Amino acid sequence: MIYEVSNLAIIIFVIIVAFVLGLSFYFARKTKSSKSYYAAGGTIHWGVNGIAFAGDYLSAASFLGICGMIAFSGYDGFLYSIGFLAGWVVALFLVAEPLKRLGKYTFADALDAKFNSQSIKLAASISTLVVSIFYLIPQMVGAGDLVVPLLGLPHWMGVVIVGSIVIFIVATAGMTSTTYVQFIKGGLLVIFSTVLTIYVLQHGLTLTPENYHKFAEVEAVVTNDTIVTIPDSSYHVESTVVAGKMIFVKLNTDEYSPWFKVNTTDGHTLLEEVLSTTVTSNGEKLFNGSPQSAGKFFQVGHLSKIIVDGKEVDKTGPVGPFEFIKTLENSEVVRFTKKSFTDGEDHVTVWYQNLTSGKAVMEPGLKYKLSKASGATTWDKLNFLSLMLALFLGTSALPHILIRYYTVPNQRAARKSTIVAIAAIGFFYMLTLFMGLGAMVNGVLDVESSNMSGPLLAKAFGVSLFAIISAIAFATVLGTVSGLIIASSGAIAHDFIDNYLKVPMTDKGKVLAGKYSALAVGVFAIILGILFKGMNVSFLVGLAFAVAASANLPAILFLLFWRKTTAKGIAWSVIVGIVSSIGIILFSPSMWDRYGLIASDAPIPLDNPGIISIPLSVITLVVISLLTQKDNATKDFDR
Amino acid sequence: MLHEPAVPVEKDHAIAKKTKLGVIMFFVYTLIYAGFVVIGLTDPELMGLEVIGGQNLAIIYGFGLIILAIVMGFIYNYFCTRFEDKMNNNSTT
Repeated sequence: MIYEVSNLAIIIFVIIVAFVLGLSFYFARKTKSSKSYYAAGGTIHWGVNGIAFAGDYLSAASFLGICGMIAFSGYDGFLYSIGFLAGWVVALFLVAEPLKRLGKYTFADALDAKFNSQSIKLAASISTLVVSIFYLIPQMVGAGDLVVPLLGLPHWMGVVIVGSIVIFIVATAGMTSTTYVQFIKGGLLVIFSTVLTIYVLQHGLTLTPENYHKFAEVEAVVTNDTIVTIPDSSYHVESTVVAGKMIFVKLNTDEYSPWFKVNTTDGHTLLEEVLSTTVTSNGEKLFNGSPQSAGKFFQVGHLSKIIVDGKEVDKTGPVGPFEFIKTLENSEVVRFTKKSFTDGEDHVTVWYQNLTSGKAVMEPGLKYKLSKASGATTWDKLNFLSLMLALFLGTSALPHILIRYYTVPNQRAARKSTIVAIAAIGFFYMLTLFMGLGAMVNGVLDVESSNMSGPLLAKAFGVSLFAIISAIAFATVLGTVSGLIIASSGAIAHDFIDNYLKVPMTDKGKVLAGKYSALAVGVFAIILGILFKGMNVSFLVGLAFAVAASANLPAILFLLFWRKTTAKGIAWSVIVGIVSSIGIILFSPSMWDRYGLIASDAPIPLDNPGIISIPLSVITLVVISLLTQKDNATKDFDR
Repeated sequence: MLHEPAVPVEKDHAIAKKTKLGVIMFFVYTLIYAGFVVIGLTDPELMGLEVIGGQNLAIIYGFGLIILAIVMGFIYNYFCTRFEDKMNNNSTT
């Protein structure tokens, strides 16, 4: 896709970045101690902390990933919104206050509060690093995706820009500047997502989005099942490919060489234009048979039928939120489905029109097969269960979220800030459905990048809104990456170097160690962001949740609620959680596909590991704790 | 202890009551969340059933889970604050 760069977008982007850097300079002068660096001195107001929670949590996966998934897969994308928000219930009711009581700066501090165990310190610092890095990859990839349309820069430059700014934010003022960056970004994201939703509802539903490409249809005759001839002499068949049960033909016109899908109904054949990319044998990439600069690769997604009160209409005009959903459910949507094949030495990917009932869009099933009619297997159902389990249990096990409990003065503030976070995040997640569905039907989708659905929807309503939304999306990445790098630097400098290795350091030295750690993690994140270009943002974040839920949550909950929990039980459950969840991910169908192998040949037919790795971690904790009860007998716990 | 909180934490006499309330509310929400997942697994067609105002069960249940989390958060805070005010003030007077 070719995007036109907007000067206004660049100006707003520069203003936001300058403001963030100015804020970091301002707070840097106040950051002298490790307490100030890691926990903002424990003095943040609960209201500010609550919105900062939202800023920390609503990452690229929430705004870019979920909107994109809803735009491409309907209600199945909204499952992420439901699961991500439900996870906060675990945080509020079970984790928030006890964690505030137990911890000092990091997740490992809380886990180790009762035991002072070397094995817990090591396991928890490794777990924090692993989970944070899993979470960092999609954020950096999302940042790269954003700068392409926003600033007209290549993907890798976006990753470098985000990495550099975040290293500066974290290394100058630590948690204080991170908190205020997250607060501002969280507030702006909720406000402007509301504005975008109002635009969607005001615009209503229409069969003819502005500047929408009309896909050509050509009469044809098919003989011997696969020989396609065209009566219209202005078209010539260049190539015919049978891909599964479908036939695609490449036609030559005066202007370009697009691919068409052969549709035969009742003996009558019609060729329907598709979107395509072709990588030729010499490595050149063509878009709909033309170079990218020709602008023949179109934004898509539209309604083919709108039904209001039982009657077909061309457009609805402004609608309310429930009317929007109801009308869409009664209508018919044109989605674009991907198919890849080879044509001689060319590798071709097409996206063909897929008529989908609004009813199917508005219930689970387009992405996650659940019903017998869709051919769902037991593994498909286990995948769904595993995802919902990981989302529910993952939130309260994310180290970069947990450390925010140490920035407020007391337990009451920890609880109140969690409730502010739930309200802000819950409201935002409700908006994702309208933004995602709005993108689905307004002809804005870039089939190559679902992540850009939200910002491109904003662009349909004006360059100003696009500029603001994109700049906020970029700030979204900044806010989350800052939190992740703070958590990672705490794991290295505070948990590992200071507490585990017991390297003697002054308080100033501890701050310096934290800053160098932030620099190292930041550089590592930049490299990963460039290497993992093209990966699905929400998918990766879902995996990070599964790793966190497997490695950390059993340890936290059993520490709080089971008196027989021992240090060895905690340490082993963390390690088993990490190894089993990552092991399952590495042998999953999605990774098999990424290795270039056949996905269905993957040794473990599960994409999300939670259903296996979480119980495994719990069993390990219980068994090891029961076997090492004598360790607790020598300690006098104040429970 | 090496891991004392970043700022001193005041003695809280309401911990036991707040913990009990939190566990109960957690199980209530978990049960309702599990209901959503179980319907998806066992009878996904039910999700398309029109429930109220032309909205299907998937929409009502999904939005309901989000709104319920917010409402239960406020209820939990109300009772916790009452416990703290009552029990912590009583203990200091």
